[in-house]
Order: sequence, then C-alpha cells, then structure tokens
Amino acid sequence: MSDSLIFEKSVPGRRAANLPECDVPRRDPAELLGEGNLRESLPLPEVSELEVVRHYTRLSQRNYSIDYGFYPLGSCTMKYNPKVNEKVARLPGFARLHPLQDETQVQGALQLLYDLHQMLAEISGMDAATVQPVAGAHGELLSLMMIHEYHHVHGSPDRKLVLIPDSAHGTNPASAARCGFTVKSISTNAHGLTDMDALKAALNENVAALMLTNPNTVGLFESDIVEICDLVHQAGGLVYCDGANMNAMLGITRPGDMGFDVMHFNLHKTFSTPHGGGGPGCGAIGVKANLEPFLPIPVVSRREDGSYFLNEDRPHAIGSIHSFYGNFLNAVRGYAYIRALGAKGLREVGENAILNANYIRARIQEHFDIPHNRICMHEVVISASRQKSQSGVRAMDISKRLMDYGFHPPTNYFPLIVPEALMIEPTETESKQTLDAFCDALIQIAKEAAENPEIVKSAPHHTPISRLDETAAVKQLNVKWVPAEA
Amino acid sequence: MAYIPHTDDDRREMLKTIGVQEIADLFAPIPEEVRLTGDLAIPPALDEIGLVRHLQSLAEKNRNLDRYLCFLGAGIYDHFSPAVVDALISRGEFLTSYTPYQPEVSQGMLQSIYEYQTLICQLTGMELANASMYDAATAIAEGALMAIDITHRDTVVVARSVHPHYRRVLETYILRSGFKLETLDHDEGVMSMGVLSKQLSDNVACMVVQQPNFFGNLEDLQTFHDEIRKVGALSVVCVDPISLGLLKPPGEFGADIVVGEGQSLGCSMGFGGPLLGFFACKREYQRKFPGRIVGATTDSQGRRGFTMTLRTREQDIRREKATSNICTNEALLALCATIYLCEMGKQGLQQVADLCLQKAHYAFDRLCALAGVEPRFQAPFFKEFTIRLPFAHPPASVNQALLDYGMIGGYELRKFYPELADSMILCVTETKTREDIDRLVSAMAQITG
Amino acid sequence: MAVPAELKYSRSHEWVRVEGDTALVGITDHAQAELGDITYLELPETGRMLAEDEIFGTVESVKAVSDLYSPLSGEVVEVNSEITDAAETINQDAYGAGWMIRIKMSNPEELDHLLSAEQYEQLIRE
Repeated sequence: MSDSLIFEKSVPGRRAANLPECDVPRRDPAELLGEGNLRESLPLPEVSELEVVRHYTRLSQRNYSIDYGFYPLGSCTMKYNPKVNEKVARLPGFARLHPLQDETQVQGALQLLYDLHQMLAEISGMDAATVQPVAGAHGELLSLMMIHEYHHVHGSPDRKLVLIPDSAHGTNPASAARCGFTVKSISTNAHGLTDMDALKAALNENVAALMLTNPNTVGLFESDIVEICDLVHQAGGLVYCDGANMNAMLGITRPGDMGFDVMHFNLHKTFSTPHGGGGPGCGAIGVKANLEPFLPIPVVSRREDGSYFLNEDRPHAIGSIHSFYGNFLNAVRGYAYIRALGAKGLREVGENAILNANYIRARIQEHFDIPHNRICMHEVVISASRQKSQSGVRAMDISKRLMDYGFHPPTNYFPLIVPEALMIEPTETESKQTLDAFCDALIQIAKEAAENPEIVKSAPHHTPISRLDETAAVKQLNVKWVPAEA
Repeated sequence: MAYIPHTDDDRREMLKTIGVQEIADLFAPIPEEVRLTGDLAIPPALDEIGLVRHLQSLAEKNRNLDRYLCFLGAGIYDHFSPAVVDALISRGEFLTSYTPYQPEVSQGMLQSIYEYQTLICQLTGMELANASMYDAATAIAEGALMAIDITHRDTVVVARSVHPHYRRVLETYILRSGFKLETLDHDEGVMSMGVLSKQLSDNVACMVVQQPNFFGNLEDLQTFHDEIRKVGALSVVCVDPISLGLLKPPGEFGADIVVGEGQSLGCSMGFGGPLLGFFACKREYQRKFPGRIVGATTDSQGRRGFTMTLRTREQDIRREKATSNICTNEALLALCATIYLCEMGKQGLQQVADLCLQKAHYAFDRLCALAGVEPRFQAPFFKEFTIRLPFAHPPASVNQALLDYGMIGGYELRKFYPELADSMILCVTETKTREDIDRLVSAMAQITG
Repeated sequence: MAVPAELKYSRSHEWVRVEGDTALVGITDHAQAELGDITYLELPETGRMLAEDEIFGTVESVKAVSDLYSPLSGEVVEVNSEITDAAETINQDAYGAGWMIRIKMSNPEELDHLLSAEQYEQLIRE
C-alpha cells in the first residue's frame, strides 16, 4: 500500500515523537487560556516514527528528480545541485540564527549577504542587488514596484503601460497587473525575436517599462538588445530583464552592459539551489544606480570600520516584501556555488550550457520541426507539429512517452507562440552520454509516432500511474482527505 | 569547479556535430559590443575543502542558538524539530525535483502536498488550503488582496497588534496595488474593540488580526467576527500553528481566510528564511484564492492519483488576469511541515503546545516575582508574554547583559511601539527546561537587582 | 464540426439565433472542441446592458480560459442557469441546451456585422 495516505495509516493512540515530560508545575489550560478558546478535538494522524519514515521514503521513490536522472525542463535550468551547498547551509552558524538577533551577533551572515549582493551585481553588470525576493515572480513584483516609484519620483506617475513580448512567461503580465500597470503585448517576428516595428509603434509617454526575457523563451539571444534598450530609454521608460535564462550568459555577457535597468535572478536555477519540488527559491534582483534608492528595506550595508548593519534609513525605499531578509539559507547555497566556481567556472557554465543546447538541436533537427533553427543559447525549442499533422501525436504525448524511456519531459506548450512546443534545456552539468541517450530516445519516439502512434498517444506505460482525469479533478474537486463515514 | 562533465574530446565531437569550430562560434548571436572581454571580478574558485572552511569561518562569526539559550520569538521560534524531518526532506528525490507539472512522475510531491493541505485544514478548521505561500507576511497580503477582489471594496484594516514586519509587508502590497490600509490601535495589548466598530465601514474589504497576537496575547476572535460581519467585511486571521494544538481553530469562529507562519513546524530558523506561509480559506473562494493546489483524481486504469488542479486561476494560463503572480512557492517546507505534523501526531502536537503554555507561564510567574519586573498586559497568553522592566534597566541593556550569561533575551518593543519602550516580549518553547528558565530568572535578578 | 446554416456567427466563435427582437447566444461547436472539457462558466446577471464586442463572461476548460464576447448590443433578458452547474452541456449540445444568454437587441443592424454559416466555415478552415 505504498500509495495510501498517511491518514489511512493512522491508529488511535499510536505515537511517534519522543517529547519531554512537563518539568514545571502544571496548570489547567482552561484556566490559563479560557475554556472558550480551547479546541475540542485535534484530528491529526496517529502513526509510529517508522511509519512516517517509510511513508515519505516510499513517496520519494514516486518522484523524479535531478539526483535520479536527466531533467530537461525548458526555462527551469535543472542543473546539478551540489551536495556541499546542503552541508554548508546546515552549519549551525547559519541554520541556527534568529533573524532578530542584534546585528553585532550576526556579522558573518550579514557579510555573506553583502558579498553575495556585490557578486550578483558584478555578474550581471548592475550596481546593487538584494536577495529579499524569494521567487522569480516575487523579484518581478518588487522590480515593478520600484519602477512605479521611480516614475512617481521623477514626475511621471501617469506611465501606466508595461510592454511584454507575447513569448513571455505568464508571471510577467501577472506581476505587472498586480502593481496596477496595464499590459500591452509586443509581437515576435519571424526570426523568433522582438518585432522592432511593433516595439517602436508601442513606445510613447505612457510606457513605464519593457519587460524582456533574454535570452528569450525561444532560446534565442535578442541580438537587437542594445537598440531595444536605447529606444525604451529615449521614450522615458525603463527596461526589465527577466533573468530566468541567465545561465547561458554567465561570464559571457551581462544584462547591465546591454542597457537593462533592473533584472531578477533565479538562484534556484542559475546558481544551483535546489528547487525543492516547487520552492523555496530565491528571486534576487540587480539594479542600476537609478533604481538603487528604491530597494526594499532592510538593505545590508557596511560601515567604514568594516562592520555590517541592516540599514532602514532609506527614505525612498518601497517598503518590505518579506518578513525578514528573504530565503537566507538559499543565499548561503548560492554564495557557496559562486565561490566554488570563481570567475572562470562561471564562464564555463555559460559556455557549456550553450554547447549542450546546440548539440541537442544538431542531433534531432532532422526528426522534428525547429521553428527557429539556428544557434540557440541555453535551450532549444522544437515543435511536434510534423508529428501532429502526420499521425495526431502531440507534444504532450511525446513528453509522456519520454517518461517510459526514463527521462523527465521537457516543458511543453510553452512558449505560446510556438505550436506544439517542446522546450529543452539540458544545462551544463549533463554529459555527452546523457545527451546522446536523450536524443536517441526522442528520435526513437519520432519513429514510433510515424509507425505506431498509439503507443505514444497512450504513454506513459511504465510509471506508477498513467494519465489522470484532470477534468474530474476540477469538477469533483477533492483537495483534502476526509475520513470515511463510520 | 563548475560541475561540468565534458572532456576536451567530448567537446570536440560535439562541436563537430553542431558544425562549428569552437565554442566562441556559438556566441555569434551576442553583439560584440556587449561581450565580456575579461574575467568577472569574482574571487578565485575554492576547492571543496577550502569552500567548507571559508563558509565555516563566516558561520563562526555568528552567535548561533546551539550555543545560546534563546528566549527571543517574535515570529521565528526555537521549537524542536525531530531528526526524521531533516532526514526525509534532505532526500534528493524531493529536494531536487521541480514543481510537479508532470503528475505521472511526481506523485511523491503531489501526494505530500495533498496531505499538507489536509493537515492545514485540520489544524485551522478550514475547507481549502493551498500548496503554500512565501511566508506569513506575504500570505496575509495575498489574503487581503483576495478579500478586496471578492468584496469589491478598497480598504484593508490591520490590527496594530499584528507583527510589525507583517504590517510593513502588507502596507507595501496594499498601497502599491492602489488600495487603502488603516490601522486599528491596541488597548492594553489586544485590539481595541471599542474603536473597532467605529473604524469599520462598508468600504472595508477585510480586517487582519493575529492570534495569539504579536505581544503574545489572545484576541477575542468571537467578538471580532461578530463586529466585522455587521459591515460585511471578511476576516484574515494569522495564527501560530503550534498554538492550534490547544486553541480553538479560527474556522470555528467563522474565519474567512486563515494564514500563518509555518516555520515552527519543523523548519530551521535560518536567519529568517526560507519560511513557510500557509493559506487556507472557505471553499466558496475556490476560484479566487492565490497559488497552487493539488487535487485527487483517478488515472485511466482507475487508480487514485494526484495532480495540480484549479489551474485556470494561475498566471501561466490567465496571465494579467491571474488571481496572483505566485508561481514557485515553498513546497519543500510544506513537506517539512507535513512530516513534522505526522511525526507529532494528535497527541504530540497537543503535548508541544501544552509544554509551551506551561513553561511560558512558569517563566512569566517567576520573572514577575522579581523586584521591578511587571506584567505589561493582563490578557491570557500562550508561549510569549510582555513584561515591563525597571526604569534603570531598559530592554536593550538587559539583553546586552544576558548575552554574557549565554542567553538571547526578548524582543525590544521600542522600535515599533515607542509607548512600550520599557518592555520586552519573551518566548518560552518546549525546548527550554525548568533549569534553563531558572537560569534566565536568576540572570535577570542579578542584572536588574 | 457542425455549423448550422440558420445561425449567424462572430469571429470570436459565438453563434447567434435571432428570435423576434431577441437573440440567443452561445459558443460554436468548433469553439467547444478547441477548449476541450468545459469545467466552468461565468455568465452575466440579467438586466446587464452589453455593447457589441463587450466581454460578457468567461468559459474555462482544465488548462484554458476564454473570454466570451457579445456579438450584439442590448440588454441581457435571460441567462441559461441550467448550464452554470453543468458546463459539460456546452460540449454535448453547443447549439441547443448549451445556449448561454438571450439579448434584447438594441441595434439589430449589428447583425450585418456577423458571419454567415458559410463564411464561418471558411474562417475555421483557415
């Protein structure tokens, strides 16, 4: 019964945790808290410790991971997460710190944050950085709040328009809307890049910012980036870089040098902190000097005597966006990663990430449509259009069939501008042998799609469960376990 | 060391397959003018031995709570986390997986999130819990924005007895979204019920309260809900999940939205992050709530399986009309809380809550017996309490002195509550023994004596 | 895909059936097939005034959301309450039981802006 719920294993009276007896004079909780404030029952499961261990160990075995195999999810940068980073993040000197300890007691933690901010600024060509945002979308939201405040301070509060390419990740428009901006979509041209005419036509005195992902979600570098930034600046707007795809640029080129004013990093992508099945992440941002005054408080600063402090004396700060200083232990992991690599290692990441993506592109290009088949950056976006028209096999089917070959699928149906998209990001930590095995599987599936499409359409065949009824999941909504009626 | 497996031979073969001479040929799409010509100004690479030594040296510059007795709470708590919790969440199968978009190969994470949602509902007495938020502060903000969306009203009221950092984040989110925020003052450490009814109007979308509140005191949730119902506002109740081992769940008071900080549920203090925001609400808001949710369904062979559901609320589908921009959340910490709650179980969580309650009251009674130390408020409290210190011994100097006794003292209220500058909030959890508390009391006696 | 000859069609895949001075509105068979299993529907209250091309609701499947655009101006005089709890009706009978709203037309000339069955068939072939 490896798939039963922990609640279904519960037996009244069974216990796990080994807790201390009460060693102080005990008083009646009803007297201390008031009878009306006490709960009548606490319906938590009752299991033994070994059951807890087995239950979650077995669940873990029903979960694909980087530690298990190749995980080429496009735009997610599923690279190796070094174990040494886990070790250092668990040092008591980091893990056992309270965020409200006096700053004289946490100088090492503040120094690490200060130095990480400096390194992120250097890597991106920005002037300052903060790791307070805990996810990419959180970093976007913070950046847009700062852009909003920038225009307010500079006398143009009416700039309410944010331009976003139609290839962008959905968090871009969602974050912009949350800050009260109106979103205008910019089309992508036949080469998979920002349509310059569409951009020029959209630029006016109402534009607050352009949000651009570079390299973009088609895996291509925006070659007109310098001109794009110039145009937006001439129109009085700012330029935001969605840095989800920073991996391919490490040590090779920097958003700050291209003209971007602000960007977010995903430490849980580019800087190897584990994604944890959906977080915790770290969505650090880097900014140019023009936006630095608006950084959220507290800002980690250094005094002339070399000591560090949490600076809240920041009149233009937009406020705070986290209870404390962001996901600090992820900052520790990201810091350790950068220090292990050094400048040369960072550049090797960029180089080999690009190499691996182009190698996959070269190996499978005869078997799949590649809408923009030229040198790509961190990822290659292919299309299952050929298979769909020939035998009705769709991108989703190919993804599911890849599971039978032991691989995690690529991202599918994104970007929205590529029909039947399969977005493949190998990252630099995969070997040629792994890439070859993956390409061989894809080629084999293309062959199956032509010769025996049913086996692809009904995949996966070798996973713990097969395709789920997602319509029923919505219509007969069941989002918590309830005990069977006695 | 960049963790790259390629040999030079590998690279040569791959370049040949691609049809270029060298890796630099692949930079062709990047304009020359923005290519870096030299190395980044980053310190040279460290080998693993040197890296660990360097990080240890930074860690050593901090006073960690393995070496100091901690009586500081104020949102982050030194609770016991059984060894099984870290052992299980450290498994690479969980740790190094992505958001479970592909259910066939992600059942482990999906089922654990479903269990987490159930546990949060059991604790809070609510009907619907999401797969997690960033922290309590942003969970409050998302709850308030959801209430604005549901009620079509533009004002949020927050009790001043809510954690000041949470209020600061709430202010950022609410004002930057173009809405209004008002604050309801406290009266002797609990929200001022007399003022509440005057402050509420039909512009108020919701009111945010914390239970127990920032000072450690219990608020009157029944009267609070009665009052806000009169104007049709919703409630956002921020709770301490450990306290729910004993306290009546907010759902039984009719709460509309319940959020909180889940760090206490087995997670590291970690200098304040990563944290775990939990978020639960009434089922009728199922199309309005933020974040991910996992549902049970069946596969093509009739087997039970789990998948992310109600996806059309989310940013990747609804883009600028999404209910929130949240995407990556705190899934691993939700797993941490899940394992913690199962390990504690029904009796264990009750026992932890009771230990906190008993020890906090023991400490409170003994401290208040010292000359010049007084209870600051009269309200019932759970594991934190506010005391007034003698005039000659302000909180900052007492805390400084406690450090020499190997202790981290309480939260100094001066910064956010100038009227309480003579007071501090102390926290006592199940991790403190009677002997620890007695040491605190005798240190305090010597310092203030 | 069924495209009944007697109906009028919008470019955003709504159909219109004129009945006296009112018009019945729904989404086409093609639209329901593209969406897949419909899971949720949001429709306006009766009495609401709609302008031509104004959004009057949304329709959702598991992984898609589409806005519904009013093909005509006028007052919403009737809403099909049967389908809000049984959205799959639209998949089963898009032109019959799956109708959505009845509009009392304020400007019947707008009917000329709509496509004929033949024109609509041409549109979905492209």
